[in-house]
Amino acid sequence: MTEGTGWAVLVLPLALTAFALLALAADAVVEVRVAHARRSVAAAAADPWREVARLLVGQRRTTVAADGVLWRSGVVTVPLAALLAALVLPLGGFAAADPGVGIVWFNAMEILGWAALWTAGWGPNSPLSLIGGYRFVAQGMCYELPHMFALITAATGAGTLRVGGIVDAQAELWFVVWMPVGFVVYLISAAAMAFWGPFDAPLGRDLSGGVVAELSGVDRLVLLTGRWLLVVVAAGMAVPLFLGGGRGPLLPAWLWTLVKTALVLTFLLWSRRRFPTVRMERFTEVSWLVLLPLTILQALIVALVVLV
Amino acid sequence: MLTAVLFWLFGVSAVVFGFLVFRLDSMARVTFALLASFVFVACEVLLLGLSYLGVVIVLMMVMEMVIMAVFMIMYMMNPAGLMPMAMYHNKPGAMSVSLGTFAVLATGTFLVDWPESRGSRPSDTTKSLGESLMGPQMLTMMVLGLVLFATIVATVVLATNRGRYDRFGDDLRARPDDPVPGGVRR
Repeated sequence: MTEGTGWAVLVLPLALTAFALLALAADAVVEVRVAHARRSVAAAAADPWREVARLLVGQRRTTVAADGVLWRSGVVTVPLAALLAALVLPLGGFAAADPGVGIVWFNAMEILGWAALWTAGWGPNSPLSLIGGYRFVAQGMCYELPHMFALITAATGAGTLRVGGIVDAQAELWFVVWMPVGFVVYLISAAAMAFWGPFDAPLGRDLSGGVVAELSGVDRLVLLTGRWLLVVVAAGMAVPLFLGGGRGPLLPAWLWTLVKTALVLTFLLWSRRRFPTVRMERFTEVSWLVLLPLTILQALIVALVVLV
Repeated sequence: MLTAVLFWLFGVSAVVFGFLVFRLDSMARVTFALLASFVFVACEVLLLGLSYLGVVIVLMMVMEMVIMAVFMIMYMMNPAGLMPMAMYHNKPGAMSVSLGTFAVLATGTFLVDWPESRGSRPSDTTKSLGESLMGPQMLTMMVLGLVLFATIVATVVLATNRGRYDRFGDDLRARPDDPVPGGVRR
């Protein structure tokens, strides 16, 4: 795997944001179709851009006795965590960085979002935001532990923590074929770590926005952009981990990577519309009593296959 | 040259944020100052070329500090740690003890006769770390794992106020009477 030089670090945020904006536009079009609204598709696709412009010129809200330092740093850390995690994302045979501990790096940067969302909820000194932040932290372990085991399973199968090495190890057989549990759990937990889809309780409507309840203007734009980036990066990482990276017939590797990422992202967008928000106490038990044993079993099977 | 600059930058930042833990007056800020201090220590470890240890320190410390924030705010003596608070009592005594300890330890690092490194640096430090932990240190790690697991089980047993007899009744055959039904029907 070729490692990128400095310019890759500059291009990466732009490319990811462009990808996220495309997905956002597609989602807005679906929204219009679902609602049977009498609007043209073009007008719907322009919705995200209108919203970005509105937020850019909007007033930043201030609250009484807010903890400004923690609030703003939490908001900024959400997109930052996504971008840092994306450093190890391979595009074809190319990545901004391919360190020997790529998987651990990816997970560590995802975890930053955990701290970020809590501080973003704590900062404004508002009950709704605070409850939103606590909702995420309370579920942290149920999201992170199955997630960690899903990542470890892929790393065990390849015998390396290097993302490039994991892609190379799938030359014969994609990991999704012989570690399906790892793949499914990865998708569930990755969506949860991005407080996405059925796991959007921290930003729930019942809290009138939860963590983002007191965010307006550019602050809101930064946090919500960060959330989209987290989802795009999570979808992108499923490709080298389980879907054989850039492997595929006819098309070049970088295009296959984009196509597969788009497919995973489509699934995540679909599941957000398909399933209602999961009640937290239910998911906690499902996570600890079903997902965690399943992932450990999957890791055990993979370890035995690798050893024998 | 760059390594030296970064070393001092990370080192001084780690100490400054560590000191801020005792100067800030909000439990949340204190926790995240401690986290920042740990992250700068992780940067030092990364600078040593120990990439796995460095990244794992970041991973673990972020998780631990977020959990700690929840518990510390819950247990603070002032309401929820929201009021201005101080991390220490007996201000002059605490300050002189901690600064004194820091000075003694820092002086010690200059006085110790550090050994020269022998042999060459392994190409994959993660692998040699794993081999060391799962080879010569296997017994230590297994005992450590058991102790940690026993601690977790014991803590949960002590903390829970509803055992199985509370849930299922005397003969364990009744339907469980849970205030919050879980996701798995059991």
